[in-house]
Amino acid sequence: MLRGLKWRLILYAAISVFAILLLLPTLTSQLPQWYNKVIPTEKIHLGLDLQGGMHLILEVEAEKAVESYVERIKNDLRDDLKEKRIPVGKLEREKTNQIILEISGEKEKWEKLLSQRYSIMQELSSSPLEKGIWKVVLVLDSRQADQTKKHAIDQALETIRNRIDQFGVAEPEITLQGTERILIQLPGIKDPQRAINLIGRTALLEFKLVDEEGDLDAALKGNVPEGDIILYQRVVDPQTGGVRKVPFLLKEKTMMTGEVLKDARVALDSQFHEPYVALEFDDIGAKLFEQITGANVKKRLAIILDDNVYSAPVIQERIPGGRAQITGRFDTKEASDLAIVLRAGALPAPVKIIEERTVGPSLGQDSIRQGIISTLISAALVALFMVFYYRASGVIADAALTLNIILTLATLALFRATLTLPGIAGLVLSVGMAVDANILVHERIKEELRWGKTIRAAIDQGYHRAFVTIIDSNLTTLIAGVFLYQFGTGPVRGFAVTLCIGIMANIFTAVYITRWMFDFLTLRLNVKRLSI
Amino acid sequence: MELIPPNTRIDFIGKRKITVWISAAAILLSLASIFLHGGLRYGVDFAGGLLIQPKFSKAMDISEVRNAMEAIGLKDANVQNFGGENEFLIRIEKTSEDLEGMSKKIQTSLQERFKDKALEIRRVEIVGPKIGKDLKTKALWALGLSFLAILIYVAWRFKTVAYGLGGIVALFHDVMVTYGAISLFQLEYSLPLLAVILTIIGFSINDTIVIFDRVRENVKKMRKENLETIFNISINETLGRTILTSGTVMMVVLILFFFGGPVIHDFTTAFIVGLVSGTYSTVYIASPIVLFWERHITGRRKKR
Repeated sequence: MLRGLKWRLILYAAISVFAILLLLPTLTSQLPQWYNKVIPTEKIHLGLDLQGGMHLILEVEAEKAVESYVERIKNDLRDDLKEKRIPVGKLEREKTNQIILEISGEKEKWEKLLSQRYSIMQELSSSPLEKGIWKVVLVLDSRQADQTKKHAIDQALETIRNRIDQFGVAEPEITLQGTERILIQLPGIKDPQRAINLIGRTALLEFKLVDEEGDLDAALKGNVPEGDIILYQRVVDPQTGGVRKVPFLLKEKTMMTGEVLKDARVALDSQFHEPYVALEFDDIGAKLFEQITGANVKKRLAIILDDNVYSAPVIQERIPGGRAQITGRFDTKEASDLAIVLRAGALPAPVKIIEERTVGPSLGQDSIRQGIISTLISAALVALFMVFYYRASGVIADAALTLNIILTLATLALFRATLTLPGIAGLVLSVGMAVDANILVHERIKEELRWGKTIRAAIDQGYHRAFVTIIDSNLTTLIAGVFLYQFGTGPVRGFAVTLCIGIMANIFTAVYITRWMFDFLTLRLNVKRLSI
Repeated sequence: MELIPPNTRIDFIGKRKITVWISAAAILLSLASIFLHGGLRYGVDFAGGLLIQPKFSKAMDISEVRNAMEAIGLKDANVQNFGGENEFLIRIEKTSEDLEGMSKKIQTSLQERFKDKALEIRRVEIVGPKIGKDLKTKALWALGLSFLAILIYVAWRFKTVAYGLGGIVALFHDVMVTYGAISLFQLEYSLPLLAVILTIIGFSINDTIVIFDRVRENVKKMRKENLETIFNISINETLGRTILTSGTVMMVVLILFFFGGPVIHDFTTAFIVGLVSGTYSTVYIASPIVLFWERHITGRRKKR
């Protein structure tokens, strides 16, 4: 290593000063603007368990996206078959990606239709039943299915990002984890329940026509006409608070979805001053809406959100201009959240929350306080002990220890690593272990002195012999720390990080810094007897 | 200042016939405890489920909280005191149901039922079954690989089977005893506690290596003495260091234990046990094994 006292001093001093500079943002917020450009650092990043906040892991049920895609194809196919006057009996989706139909008529005619316009569905099998009826099973091309899934996940990520943007959280973190999971971290969030509601809703807006001719009662008993479904409206009685479910018989085909929404805003009803959500469609949507309303005057159009009917007003006339309303006895917060979610767009597939960890801000602050107190007390006790046992050499060890802590924290700041509560425990532990390295060296020096070596020789031997042992023993804890980092998550990772960094800083300060100080004392100041 | 006078010669190794029984008893106790409790008390991390930590502004009797849980149909919710008189931990182990919905139900009902006590939800943890299982697997990998890595390292450093074996058996003992304590004190076995186990592994082998290093040095210097004596001398020589290091780390952990707050309480408890075991195992597990091996196995070869 560098022999010269002066060179080593310059190097170590530079490192120390750099470390302190890295830590300044954590200690004070009154720094000039240019600071960040010169010193690449920010305040130490606190884990959610220290600053409070919410950590969510969502799983995107991408299979459902494939399901809905196949549903849409099925509905289109039904329309096409009707248009071409090809008689079809049963027409259903089966499993995630298959369509089964019982079809009759000229085989070439429908085969041509399928291969021309529905090539995306491959014919899995076709077997003749009786009287010229064929049973055909179609399956979605697997590449298309994969693409749909991947697209769904990407879109889900985007949509959730949009929603959270509108929610207004400082420094949110939204990332893809693996192939189907999304990790969301919202530090400092005050209303976690509301965030969960906002993030988790699929928010699929659909417009379907009410089947005016069908028999609702018969359908409720189990006799649902072909091409229809039953959906319900939740009606809350304002007086009793009781909830009723009102059934609607609707034509299954979705006339329009929320995809064509340009904007959604909360507005107040002029009559009752009740909030509602005002929708504005884009050009395509406006034209589509005009078409639908024009073709279905006097029929009812149901407005459906996530398979719940919100309302089903009668179409009085053709409606140009692309505007509509969603009413339904909201309070302002509900209406506003609904508007947010409509603006950001629907999730292409439902998401399931598979992990949530929320820490309230008060617990976070308590943890910080307890962590700091523990660290200070430990450091103080250890420092006192070192002086008590090793006297002046103990002071040297203490100086190294202080530098150790500063270097560890500075490294955390530099690499933007996160400090968690177990991380603080890791810091405290590494302080305890740091003492070990110092002890090894000091005990060795004492022994050499006892055996009659000169001061310089004792110091040399002490460090030489102890070095190997220090590396050995710290290395094993380091190995454990690395594995812990690999396999741990969240707060435990923080522990592994601070432990490992602490150990490395420790080796540096115990071996090099203290060595310099001893050298300085004996070479420069010519200390003849070592107070150790 | 000398804690241990330089020429101390405590006969540690001589006592190993007795301590073998102590170690065996400790391990048996650990295994028994784990067996009788039907496994470890898995935290939400590994078992999945729901954890809510409500804090009320006034002191509350735990039965009130239990009644509240029963009222919403969660009779088998596990309710405990946590931290103080007005803070609790509600734990539900079902993982197959809608945990988010359950969380919402619990929070709303608690809020309504105890309107006058200014409820604050300090912490919520929900872990679905898949994630829990994932984590358990990862934990096993972490443990296994660490063991392996350390075994390879020690074997490489000391180049003889005896030392490596001694170190590993000592580690094994420490891990067993720590898990035993986790089971005995019914600590919540979650990720942070795994961190404790891994750290103890590092610390224990650390301790063992320091003494083995010294033994190696002394073997070169004291060719006339037999191995037992060398071991004793080495341990005595490093006694100062062992006590000081274990002492300071213990002191630090005790501070965490008293001042670190309830969240890391289980963490520090496990650590204390592991620390004691780690120090003990170096002298009374690793060393005897080396001696045994050298005498009975390598010794036999020498006789021929």
